[in-house]
Amino acid sequence: MNYFSEAWTWLTDPLTWTGADALAARLTEHLLYTLLVIVVSALIAIPLGWWVGHTGRGRNAVVVLSGAARAIPSLGLVTLLALWMGLGLPAPIITLVVLAIPPLLAGAYSGIDAVPREVTDAARAQGMSEWQILMKVEVPLSLGLLMGGVRSAALQVVSTVMLAAYVGAGGLGRPLFLGLKTQDYAMMLGASILTVGLALVLDVVLSGIQRIVRPRGTAAL
Amino acid sequence: MTWILNNLPLLWQRLLEHLTLAAPAIVLSLLLAIPLGWIAYRYRLSRWLLVTLTGLLYAIPSLPLFVVLPLILGTGIRDSINVVAALTLYGLALMVRSVSDALAAVPAVVVDAAQAQGFGAWRRFWQVELPLAIPALTAGLRVVTVSTVSLVTVSGVLGLPSLGLLFTDGFQRGIPEEILAGMVLTVVLALVLDALVALLGRALTPWRRAVKA
Amino acid sequence: MRGAGPCREAFSRRAALGHVTRLVNLWVGVTGALYGGPVIDFQHVSKEYPDGTKAVNNVELHLEKGACTVLVGSSGCGKTTLLRMINRMVDPTKGQVLVNGQDVATADPVKLRRDVGYVMQGSGLLPHRTVLQNIQTVPLLRGEPKDEALRRAKLQMKNVGLDASMGHRYPAQLSGGQQQRVGVARALAADPDILLMDEPFGAVDPLVRAELQAELARLQAELKKTIVFVTHDMDEALALGDRIVVLRAGGEIVQDATPAELVANPANDFVRTFLGMADGRRTLEVRSTPEGQVVTDRFGRPLGVVGQQEKPMEPGLPA
Repeated sequence: MNYFSEAWTWLTDPLTWTGADALAARLTEHLLYTLLVIVVSALIAIPLGWWVGHTGRGRNAVVVLSGAARAIPSLGLVTLLALWMGLGLPAPIITLVVLAIPPLLAGAYSGIDAVPREVTDAARAQGMSEWQILMKVEVPLSLGLLMGGVRSAALQVVSTVMLAAYVGAGGLGRPLFLGLKTQDYAMMLGASILTVGLALVLDVVLSGIQRIVRPRGTAAL
Repeated sequence: MTWILNNLPLLWQRLLEHLTLAAPAIVLSLLLAIPLGWIAYRYRLSRWLLVTLTGLLYAIPSLPLFVVLPLILGTGIRDSINVVAALTLYGLALMVRSVSDALAAVPAVVVDAAQAQGFGAWRRFWQVELPLAIPALTAGLRVVTVSTVSLVTVSGVLGLPSLGLLFTDGFQRGIPEEILAGMVLTVVLALVLDALVALLGRALTPWRRAVKA
Repeated sequence: MRGAGPCREAFSRRAALGHVTRLVNLWVGVTGALYGGPVIDFQHVSKEYPDGTKAVNNVELHLEKGACTVLVGSSGCGKTTLLRMINRMVDPTKGQVLVNGQDVATADPVKLRRDVGYVMQGSGLLPHRTVLQNIQTVPLLRGEPKDEALRRAKLQMKNVGLDASMGHRYPAQLSGGQQQRVGVARALAADPDILLMDEPFGAVDPLVRAELQAELARLQAELKKTIVFVTHDMDEALALGDRIVVLRAGGEIVQDATPAELVANPANDFVRTFLGMADGRRTLEVRSTPEGQVVTDRFGRPLGVVGQQEKPMEPGLPA
């Protein structure tokens, strides 16, 4: 328990937050990286997932891809890219985008796929264009599952941003690796606790959003 | 390529080390998930509690968990028990839900019929409900297997021996072949274990193959 | 207001186009009425799927304006396929389908569908939209002003016998029968001349079905839409059709007749079996009993009485 109080002392010390290697800056970096990665991968994965879901083309590829991507070790990818591209932000960002695309793709695709065929058929028969069917019927009905994908992507990214510091970028991994190198367990623990807290808060917020975006009248989807 | 050929024994050793971290976690998460999943399925309050708790577990980042666990378990920071424990927790997060959902998906008619024929609760669980839940369990365990094998590598940054060590070592010494070999081995190991789980699931459910044939 | 310029122009152009279409429709309607020609015309229509199954085989069918034509047959006889060719949900592999003299293959499918009402089994309502929003779908798609669409939706709710208080419910909060009423209201909201109904009452229980059939008959007596109605239930066909087209597997027409003709002169054993005449259910006799004239089937099971009640409504026929 001694370590916890030390970690707590480190976490609550104003110097930790404002000093030369300010924790506030690390936290901001961590959040910014996460946001950047989610936005970039969403821009790639969501339209693609909607297209696959709406047209039914490439369905198997998406299923296989999102399964297989789980096997790729992110530490391997980030170190390999860092050797190739040099230290800094590009390697971790690319790694994280690769990591985030499969769950986002799966969320976007499976949401559309779960809309009952008779509903889209009826919408088409009433005279909606394919674009209107997608935007007015399929997308609203799929938001719950899509947010599920965003949530799991965001959690994975927040967790894996830690590795960015290993290849010379910022984020909350910085104090953790610094603590590891200097045998400062309080610092490692403090950074870890802060990251865990951040992830839990993010999870709660995103699950709240997931509940809100699910359209009323559709408990089942 | 020459690096790989010159270091085959090292690669083999790392692979075995990797397996000794991943396999216990996978097996443990299955074994623990069955009773926990049953409790979650049986009692509504515990279901809510277990699903919420394990859901939160899943949200906890792995590297920080590796760091925090030694304090709770009283182990050293480089003890492999931390990694097994952390990965078991992640496995549980997914499997408890899989088990309780799978049990809930067993048709009520079947359970009812078993009861009517005089199966007691214990027998009914082992001989009727659990076998019928195997396909869903297999699906859950496959996901756990693949992500566990991949997650073990993260422990490499703490210096624990596994395929992950090839990444940190290769990075520090600037040997891309070493990293690449580690990645390929990790993916291959994940896919092989995944195939084993899938085969086991098939072998245990002969009645499903009969229908498809 | 610079941004509003082209928009308004497009709007007025669409309105002008709407006027022209309406005039053309009116003209076609008037000449059609004078000419007495068919509104929907199947010309040697076939549908073959890539795997070789024939859903529809060389169908020649002319459907008259203002009448309710029932396509009846067991599953797989191509009746739904035929129906869906009218609004281009399915394209024929051979032959043409003409609506008001125009080949639908040359029409924009999206626009065509907005002009044709469609009711389907299981209602097909949008689960995330309320009853009123669902009914407004087509008028809004056609670009009608919101208040006009709302007015029409409310009118149609009343028309199909739905209480106004249901307007803000979601489909999942309605019974099966109520959902079907919403489905009918939605199809009627844009006041289409043609109404396609694909087993619309197939998924509701028999009591509600009878109620919905009576309701539809009442509506049709008033609105005189050109209805194409698909069912596998011969009783429903007899209850609603001005004309009944019996189809058999492979999409061939077996008989095309008025209900009375069909019952009096079934073309063959297939039709006879379908009517339930082979087992004597429809071979009726009148027996005098102390209670009055009772109609029975061949086995003597009482089915009804003669002449004591007011004349039952004859759906779809001119009063």
